Amino acid sequence: MWRRIRSLIVKEFLTLWKDRKSRFVLVVPPIIQLLLFANAATFEVREVDVGIWQEDRAALATELLQRFEGAGNTFRVVRRYDNPRAVEDDIAAQRVKAVLHVGQDFSADLLAGRPARLQLLLDGRRSNAALIVQNYAAQIVERFNRERALSASRGASVNVETRAWFNPNYDSRWFILPGLTVLLTMVATLLITALSVARERELGTFDQLLVTPLRPLEILVGKTVPALVIGFVEANVIAAVTVLAFGVPFAGQVALFWVGIVLFVLAAIGVGLVISSLARTQQQAILGVFLLMSPATVLSGFTTPIANMPDWCQALTRANPLRYMMELSRGVFLQDLGWSLAWPQLWPMIVIAAVTLSYATWLFGRKLA
Amino acid sequence: MSARRFLGLLRKEFVQIVRDPSSIAIALVMPVVLLILIGFGISLDARDVRFGLVDENRSVESASLYQSFSNSRYFRPSLFADARAAEAALMRGDIAGFAVLRGDFARRVANPLQPVEIGIFVNGVDANNARIVTGYALGTIEKWLAARGRDRGHVVTPPITVDHRYWYNPEIRSANFIVPGLIALVMTMIGALLTALVVAREWERGTMEAMMVSPASMTELIMGKLVAYFGLGLGGLAVSVGLGLFVFEVPFRGSWAMLLAMSSVFLVVSLALGLVISTVARSQFVAAQLSFLVTFMPALILSGLMFDIASMPRWLQLVTTVFPARYYVSSLQTLFLAGTVWPVLLPDLAALAGFAVVLLTIAVVRTRRSLE
Repeated sequence: MWRRIRSLIVKEFLTLWKDRKSRFVLVVPPIIQLLLFANAATFEVREVDVGIWQEDRAALATELLQRFEGAGNTFRVVRRYDNPRAVEDDIAAQRVKAVLHVGQDFSADLLAGRPARLQLLLDGRRSNAALIVQNYAAQIVERFNRERALSASRGASVNVETRAWFNPNYDSRWFILPGLTVLLTMVATLLITALSVARERELGTFDQLLVTPLRPLEILVGKTVPALVIGFVEANVIAAVTVLAFGVPFAGQVALFWVGIVLFVLAAIGVGLVISSLARTQQQAILGVFLLMSPATVLSGFTTPIANMPDWCQALTRANPLRYMMELSRGVFLQDLGWSLAWPQLWPMIVIAAVTLSYATWLFGRKLA
Repeated sequence: MSARRFLGLLRKEFVQIVRDPSSIAIALVMPVVLLILIGFGISLDARDVRFGLVDENRSVESASLYQSFSNSRYFRPSLFADARAAEAALMRGDIAGFAVLRGDFARRVANPLQPVEIGIFVNGVDANNARIVTGYALGTIEKWLAARGRDRGHVVTPPITVDHRYWYNPEIRSANFIVPGLIALVMTMIGALLTALVVAREWERGTMEAMMVSPASMTELIMGKLVAYFGLGLGGLAVSVGLGLFVFEVPFRGSWAMLLAMSSVFLVVSLALGLVISTVARSQFVAAQLSFLVTFMPALILSGLMFDIASMPRWLQLVTTVFPARYYVSSLQTLFLAGTVWPVLLPDLAALAGFAVVLLTIAVVRTRRSLE
């Protein structure tokens, strides 16, 4: 029995490696994606082009606006306005992302003891960047306020000490890359498994496989092991690049990461096998992978937090193996997660792997009958 | 080019489309699934953030601050007796962060000469979210302090407040800017997947060669495929725009004619891109990987749909200019939210038209060459 399985495994590896192009797509795309993602997927904004529309020339207003000009690589003041028309045109044409507006009664309000308003006009088409710009602007104004309150030495001031644990510099790469490691592993594993059965089905060799002495369980093992090996190696290579080339810390235990990856890859293989046994052609299998992968990426919390999603979406994420490994990977990389805290992420992957793999075995068996 | 032959080819393509449900699924079902799941799934609108308050003071003041956290629509606060319990909850992921109110909190609030000391600790793993949560927590605390100071009749320095106004998207709904971008993403995938996969399959089965020995010319063959899938793609566009308007309730402020024009050019670009991929790849496995690499990923990451292009490193900004999705995303966001703004739309249209010409030429040349 072991010899039979071993030859099936060898055959699977050969199918993947003998084709130069298949070999290429297993190696090159993950590298390119890693490079692009690591540099592009950031929620920081740099050198935002802003305009200034200052109607009140009071010293305090000028001083406040200078804070924005001095905010080095965050804001770049590229235009000054004296009428609303030009502001409108420039925001519409995307020449500036935001305009800081100081109205005529700015200093009069302050003298009268009323809060004065700094108006921030933002381009809502890019709400994502705009939200971050708004956040930066609020921080600048808040610091300005605090310093004024302190120098006037009156008013209840507040000393806030803020700290971001596990990621003290708020570096979004530390967040994106451990997630990306898992995501790229899933894409590779799914494509390998989904296509392996579908290709054989299309070429008719799957029927040949079924008339060999191999039992359904043996076919399952033969199809699983190569994908497991490739997925595991790929995950480790990407993780190594993440740590060595991009300087993301690896605070946790390697053993926990490995256990997580094995369970996760098994779950992904199960999903891939189910797709491929439902698909009649390779094309349908690829489609299935695409249709599954794109929402699974979003519904894993890869880019935006699961907690922000509507409740029905949050419920859907529970069936997504990517969600658990994403969280586990970030936990192991950044916060040295222990085994007991990792368990809530581990057992759902075991369940998903068990369900999908047994379903796939059952499908293989049924095809036989 | 003969009209009769062309019509015949067109009929053949349509028969193929009707017989094989997968191309209809790509064009009409995929947009629905993707738009609904991704559209609802991507949300930057933080709500009900679970936040801990470590109350070492247990006074009326600290209770009042807790109350204002409860009243905020951003927070769902919970109380902790000491910092250790809150730390454990943070490790478990039960809370996104917590604030520590020290034992002398009430005394310091009462005395305007002593600054109130508060520690805010957040889980920084998700850096973006951490920054947003910190900002909200700070805002809540400062608003409470200011109100408290006024109640007690302290003379306060009048603060400067930031009054932000989002043009084109005043309620700052994520859906309003993500859904137009998603439509671009979906159209990219429809175009490239339809041609890349379908044509790659024809190569694999050898039917492409069979067609080439027929009297039909290469241009006719390619045009036949393009026109047939163009029709399907427009169907996909209609479905996507309909979903955007009626399910996600995104406003549409631009001109419909311009939407159709931009989308048609973009569809030609992505269909041609698919053709090029299929002539390069020749096998469906490679074609699938390649289309994922040059369509889905750039359309998601390098198009400005999720991440701000202007904030990327210079070399990467240059890379983004060679992916057509970037121009389509920008014009869709403008057409939906801002209106028909020519200074944005014209350069985008020109860029897309350029891509269409170049890619079509490559497709024809490559297909002809690959026969040899």
